[in-house]
Order: sequence, then C-alpha cells, then structure tokens
Amino acid sequence: MNERVVVAPGAIPADSEIADNEVDLAPAIKVRGYWQSVLHRLRYDWMTIGFGLVVLAIVIAAIAAPLIAPFDPYQQSIVGRLKPFGWRGHPWGTDELGRDMMSRLIYGGRISLLMGLAPVLIATVVGGMLGVIGGFAGRVANTAIMRTMDVFYAFPSILLAVAISGAMGGGMINGIISLSLVFTPAMCRVAETATAQVKNLDYIEAARASGASTLTIIRHHVLGNVLGPVFIYASSLVSVSILLASGLSFLGLGVQPPEPDWGLMLSTLRQSLYVDPLGCALPGIAIFVTSICFNLVSDGVRGAMDVRG
Amino acid sequence: MLGYVIRRILFAIPIALGVSVVCFSLVYLAPGDPLQTVLPPDATAETIAIVKHAYGFDRPVPVQYAIWLWHVLHGDFGRSIASQRAVTLEVFGALANTAMLALFAAPLSFIVGFGMGALAGCFPGRATDRIVTGAAVIGVSLPNYWLGLVLVIIFAVELMVLPASGMGQSGSAAFTLWHWSDAQFLVLPVTTLAMIPIGIIARTTRAAVAEVRSQDFVTTLRAMGLGEGAVIRHVLKNASPQVLAVMGLQFGYLMGGSILVETVFTWPGSGFLLFKAIINRDIPVLQGTILALALIFVATNLIVDLLQAVLDPRIRRA
Repeated sequence: MNERVVVAPGAIPADSEIADNEVDLAPAIKVRGYWQSVLHRLRYDWMTIGFGLVVLAIVIAAIAAPLIAPFDPYQQSIVGRLKPFGWRGHPWGTDELGRDMMSRLIYGGRISLLMGLAPVLIATVVGGMLGVIGGFAGRVANTAIMRTMDVFYAFPSILLAVAISGAMGGGMINGIISLSLVFTPAMCRVAETATAQVKNLDYIEAARASGASTLTIIRHHVLGNVLGPVFIYASSLVSVSILLASGLSFLGLGVQPPEPDWGLMLSTLRQSLYVDPLGCALPGIAIFVTSICFNLVSDGVRGAMDVRG
Repeated sequence: MLGYVIRRILFAIPIALGVSVVCFSLVYLAPGDPLQTVLPPDATAETIAIVKHAYGFDRPVPVQYAIWLWHVLHGDFGRSIASQRAVTLEVFGALANTAMLALFAAPLSFIVGFGMGALAGCFPGRATDRIVTGAAVIGVSLPNYWLGLVLVIIFAVELMVLPASGMGQSGSAAFTLWHWSDAQFLVLPVTTLAMIPIGIIARTTRAAVAEVRSQDFVTTLRAMGLGEGAVIRHVLKNASPQVLAVMGLQFGYLMGGSILVETVFTWPGSGFLLFKAIINRDIPVLQGTILALALIFVATNLIVDLLQAVLDPRIRRA
C-alpha cells in the first residue's frame, strides 16, 4: 500500500512542539456544525445537485442574456412571423411579431426569475420579522399581528394576487407587491411558530437573567432557530411564486408588453394557437422546467435539513 | 363539541369582517379616481360632484365602508360600471358555473390524489412510490393554464374530439349536464383544474400514510397477526383527518382559484367574470366577486374544521 501518512483533521502532528494543555484542548474528531452536516448530506444527493445545476444554468442564462441570446428580443419582422424551428437561423422559430423565440425566452427568464424570487425575499424579510416580533412580544402585539395575517390567509393565493394587482393595475412592481403580500402571512406564521417554540425555553430565560437585552436574545438565540424553518418554507415558495407571477402576466396583470416574460408570451401566443401550437407551448415549458427544478431542489434541501431524517 | 363549534364560528366572524375590509379598500388601491371610468374626460366640476354624491364617494371613508357593508349584508353589491347590471346577479350566475366545475374537479382530484398517495405511502421507496411522487411534483409544478392550452392543442385542434372553450351554444342558462353535447364542454376545464389538487393531495396522503405506518401501533397490529390489507385499512383511517383538511383547502382553491383555467377556456364562471372586470376596470364587480369567493373560502375552511372535529375527537379537546 501507499506509504503516505494520513493526518486526521484536527489531529496534532507528532513532531510538533506544543504545550500539553493545548493538546488536550484539540478535539480528536472534528464535529460538524448543523449547516456543515446539511451540506455533507446534500453532497451525496445527486438528484438535488442535478436539478440545482439546472436552476443555476437558468439563472446564469438569464443574467448573461445579452451575451448568449442569438437575436435582439425586441426586433420585429413583418415577413418572419410565427416561423417554425430553424427558420433563417432562428433556432426555435419566431413569435407572432416575428421576434426571435429563443432570445425572448432567454431574456424572459430575467423577469420571470425576478418575479419569482423578489416576492419570496420580501415576504421572508417582512413576514419573518413580523413573525419573530409577534412570537416574542406579548399578547396584544401577537394578537394584532396574527389576526391581521389570518385575514389575508382567508383568500386563496391566486385570488388575493389578482385582487390586489387587479385593483392597482398591471406592471411588474405592482405584481411583485401583490405577490409579496400573498406570501407574507404564511411566512409570518412559520416564523411565529418557530419563535414561540423557543421563547419559553430555559436558555432564553438564562440569557435574560444574565442581562441580555431583548434584541440581543433575538439576534443570538431566537434567529438561529427561526432561520431554518423560514428558509425551508421560503425555498418551497419560489416555484409557487414563479407560477403565480406568470399567471398574473398571463392575465395581463404582471409585466406589460413588449417586455419578454414567459407568462405574457404565453398569453400573446395564445392567439396563434391554431397556427403554431408548438411555439405556443414553448414559454409554458420554460415555466414548467424552472418551477419543477426549484420544487425538487427545495424538496432535497428540506430533506437534508430535516434533522430526524 | 357544541363549545368547539361555537368557538370556531365566533372565530370566523372577525375574519369575514376583515375580508370585507380588504375587499372594500380595493377601491382605494386603484390608481386615480375610482370614477374615472364612468365620467367623460371633459366633465365639469359640477357633474363630478353630482356623480360623486350619487356613488357616495363624498363621505368619510369609515362611513362609506359602513354603508357598503350594510348594502352587502342585504345582498346588494352595487352596479357594474361596464354593464350597469346588478353585481349580485352577475356574481351569482357566475358562481353557479364555477361551482359546477369545482363539483366535478373535487371528487376527481380527491379520488385520484388519495389513491395515488395511498399507493405510494404503502410501498415507500419502491418504483410505484417514485412514479407517484414524480407525477405529483409534476402536477404541482405545471402552470395549469398552460396545461389547459396544451390539452386544447391536443384534443380540440389536433384530434378534434372535444370543444376548445365556452359552454356550448345553449349557454349557461340552458346547460344540461346529461346531454353529451353540453357536458363535453366540462371535460377539458375539469381535467385541467384537477391537476394541481391531485398533486397536492397525493403528496399529503403519501406523507401522512408513511408517517402513520411508522407508528408503534402498526407494529402491534402486525404482531397480532393482522393481514396486510387490514393493516392498511387501519393506517388509512388514521391518516385520513390530515388528508381531509388538505382536501377541504383544495376545494376552496377550486372555487376561488379558478380564474386562470376559466380564462383559458372562456368558461363563464366567477374567475372569468373577475378577468373581465379587470380588463374593464370594473371595480364593483371586482369587489363583489372577490368578496363572494373569499367568503366561500372562509366558509369552506370552517366546515372542514368542524368536519375534522366530528371525525377526530382529539381536536375537540384542544
């Protein structure tokens, strides 16, 4: 066999001159932290890694859209409308105004991903904060926050999104606002539950007894316990958000033309359903692939973060 | 039990009031003046004042809300700006059509979803489980309006066996379920609508069944010599309250979340009415439809909670 000496991580080389007490302090086996063990578990989950790579590819394609898109996504052509795959160098054909389908799909990823991620991010921060405050503060604040959230919870998600952006009018910003409002109550509930679970534990009591302020307790002792569940829930919302956002655009409530957006493309191409069924299906495939990849990655991360599993 | 029922109903009232506040404030979310759509651009200040007074927009907001709520409680949602018809009539006609879709989509998704989930939960890790789990993820990741379009391409454009949209020549008034010439219009929208609930219910059932199967009493049942069929019956019975809760929620979504599918199939239900209201910026219709759908959602949740308490005594005591 090979003669190489394998030194375990954290082990002390025999010839080093270190005082005895320091040797005693060094751990024999390196203990993994929680997040490290999550990563370790994910390393052997080839499904999650695979779908994660697809998500990464979609994100990179969206960011680098100007570099990889073969054509200008806004360039119209009267003669080249609804052409099939491979027509005059357009790999996936053209849309109803003669714009290159592939370029529009690549650029569309930018808006669709933004509309998928931004509301979840906003809802996580706002809902998470409200939830921690509601869970940690006393009865009045808790009741006020949670009962308000219950009201928004009483709407089916798509209905609330349609109601708010329907009243405020279309546009990307309004779409993001309405979707953020849709996700905030659920996020708030998750954070509130997690906060309430640790709030009355002994170590919080001990921290308070030793003079820690409420803010310090929240920052050091509560947030660590809340972030896990909040992160898991947020990751599962991304695919929902992408679906809802493209749904809003499909109804004419999200992104406005001529912006390339998958949901909006689906809605405009719908008029040409009988002429070019395949082209009409393309934006839907983009939405579906993105959404299912986010879903599967979220499932994988949830599994890896589940300590019982 | 009676105490629980009363408590649960009392809990629903403030929620319903809160829902009405949200619906009422939709008017103020709209950019500009809510009267812009009815007034000609060259209206004089005098005309504007008269119209404002007629619609009650010149009073303080809480008073406006109180008046609005009073009318709503009497079944008066105001008049549609676009059609000048009473909103109540439009909403109820549309709700009946949505309910028709939901009443077909619900059993379809409950049976298929529960069956798939139970099958997967009983054979965890096996090929059946993988297929079902995969299909369920596809179900919840599919944009259902796109699935609707694809189904239209396949069955209406290519195969020409089913109609693409609408309710048929007779319209909603003379729609007869037992005539295939009318009922065929239901097939594609119902299938499309059922897709997401099937995925969600299959996932929930699988998780619930797998969880119950790992409990000690199942081992006891096996040790007592029960056959696999009898064990599965016990497992399904214990998993059912959890699944029922999700089914109820999904029924609420079928009623309240059908706007995309109804728009794709131009099905004249509440979702399509909402879509038209948005296009026309018809705020009274928007308000009335959303209020009606949200209240149905609240009522569905209430009924499901009560049903659960009937089935599962542990909930009553909590």
